[in-house]
Amino acid sequence: MTVFLQQLINGLSLGAIYALIALGYTMVYGTLQLINFAHSEVFMMGAFAALYLARWSGAEANPTLVSVTFVIVGTMAFCAALGMTIERLAYRPLRKSGRLNLLITAIGVSMLLKNGTLIAAGPLASFPSLLPETQWQLAPGLSLRSMDVITLSVTLVLMVVLHHIVERTQMGRAMRAVSHSRDAAALMGIPVDRVIAFTFALGSSLAGAAAFLRAVDMHKIDPEMGTNMGLKAFVAAVVGGIGSIPGAVVGAILLGLSETFVSGYLTSTYRDAIAFCLLIVILLVRPSGILGKHAPEKV
Amino acid sequence: MLGWAAMVLSIGIVWVIQVFAVPWMDPYLTDILTRVGMNLLAVMGLALVLGFTGQFSLGHAGFMAVGAYTAGALVYFEHVHPLVGILAGGLAASLVGVAVGLPSLRLTGDYLAVVTLGFNGIIIVLIQNADWLGGAKGLIGLPTFTNFGWTFSFVIVGALAIRNVIASAQGRVFEAVRDNEIATRSLGIDTTRAKVTAFVFGAFWAGIAGGLVAFHRGSIFPTQFQYDRSIELVTMVVLGGTGSLSGPLIASSVLTALPEILRPIAQYRMVIYALLLIGMMILRPTGLLGARELTEVVAAAVKRRRAARAG
Repeated sequence: MTVFLQQLINGLSLGAIYALIALGYTMVYGTLQLINFAHSEVFMMGAFAALYLARWSGAEANPTLVSVTFVIVGTMAFCAALGMTIERLAYRPLRKSGRLNLLITAIGVSMLLKNGTLIAAGPLASFPSLLPETQWQLAPGLSLRSMDVITLSVTLVLMVVLHHIVERTQMGRAMRAVSHSRDAAALMGIPVDRVIAFTFALGSSLAGAAAFLRAVDMHKIDPEMGTNMGLKAFVAAVVGGIGSIPGAVVGAILLGLSETFVSGYLTSTYRDAIAFCLLIVILLVRPSGILGKHAPEKV
Repeated sequence: MLGWAAMVLSIGIVWVIQVFAVPWMDPYLTDILTRVGMNLLAVMGLALVLGFTGQFSLGHAGFMAVGAYTAGALVYFEHVHPLVGILAGGLAASLVGVAVGLPSLRLTGDYLAVVTLGFNGIIIVLIQNADWLGGAKGLIGLPTFTNFGWTFSFVIVGALAIRNVIASAQGRVFEAVRDNEIATRSLGIDTTRAKVTAFVFGAFWAGIAGGLVAFHRGSIFPTQFQYDRSIELVTMVVLGGTGSLSGPLIASSVLTALPEILRPIAQYRMVIYALLLIGMMILRPTGLLGARELTEVVAAAVKRRRAARAG
């Protein structure tokens, strides 16, 4: 039972990080039908931005509530700006060409950011402990880390904010309209380009928050850190039904839980294979994901 | 159908080069050429799957892994001839192609891409955990058999085989599936069968390429065949032009050689490579040759020049 509860905590915490990244994939997919391969690199660069912000603001030496909040918000703002820049420079010129072209461009942007960061920041950096790290022993073999509590609560707050933006604001309604039908939205006078830019900003800022939480937890960051996390988050978005915002969260939690339960009960060496097996099984049973809508094809 | 004569002749030329020129060539250059050849084999299979049949597979490197490890294990444990190993690698990859293709090709578009990506990931994890195959440390101590001659002999056979498939009735079925799957099905054509056929054919050549990779340096590692390799192969096909065979072949030659040419500016080469990729997609969205073949492009250029001269 303690093993179960412990893995539940670990899985939720991991799933929360996946969810924050997966939301960016799913929202961009909803509006552009693009697998944004560069999103994992936005996450990675967010971690580096957080590092430099922490050094610059003095949070590294003296982490106070104000300075750490500044680092989080600054990281999210940096990622939002980065996401919008990528969209403006690399994706918007290709708005009218095929989806494969857009995909290759995204791959190119991803390589550019990864290798650019490698040159600019080096292969590995250690990340300061910005958040309090204590551990509560709830029972023998069952502990709750403060990082897990912080990760889950930050994620929860961001989800509520996101839900409010998407469901309650004018911009959110425009986002939903664009993802429903871009052409019809344009005909109704919705500024599609601006909505797409906003979608990138929103998704990327969530990736920034995820990057901060992950970096604080891992204590080290490197230019490769986005690749694996991005791939997993993308898998989570697809499992949940890509294009669906609640789907991304459900898929991410499911993926996080299944990974930790596999490493807790079976063996950690196969945990990546489990993620992919889950993906394949779910897609074969429900080809459009858990919460995805099945769109019948018209001829 | 291009005849046997052309095939025999070009393979003959390759071996003349191998015997009379390669021993005097810079080993570094021969090494690059051999690597170009191995990429060509993998890319031409993917050109058939992605470019002609329109099935977005992101797991092509997984088939290379199956081919490489089958060939490697057969030679390492059973001491068969490397050539037998390479062919067995191709067959094993096509068997896996059937197993993966049959269920997953019912999915379309990006979902297929994700499932093939997942397959690629699973293959790598399985190999990494198979201690008898060397696990994550790789399978080392294989004979070095792959050279310029063998690689390009396979390239020629493969290119002609795929070219002939594309020119056949089956090839038209592939293109019909790519252009409109539902319309094709309404003509009474079994589209799943067509897709699996293309998939298996592509997997076979990826397996052959993997087998050659195994005996190139005499060692193989699971990380060589990770999904970034699959993405690289997709890049080559799209950059060359989907619906073209010669386009992807040119693109893969250039993209394999480019990092080597850029080596003097070592640390910036991947950045430049990425910038070229983005620029190319923005400036020439249809890829190098679009849906045309090199011969058509050259013929059109000659015609234009003649017309200009006459006018």
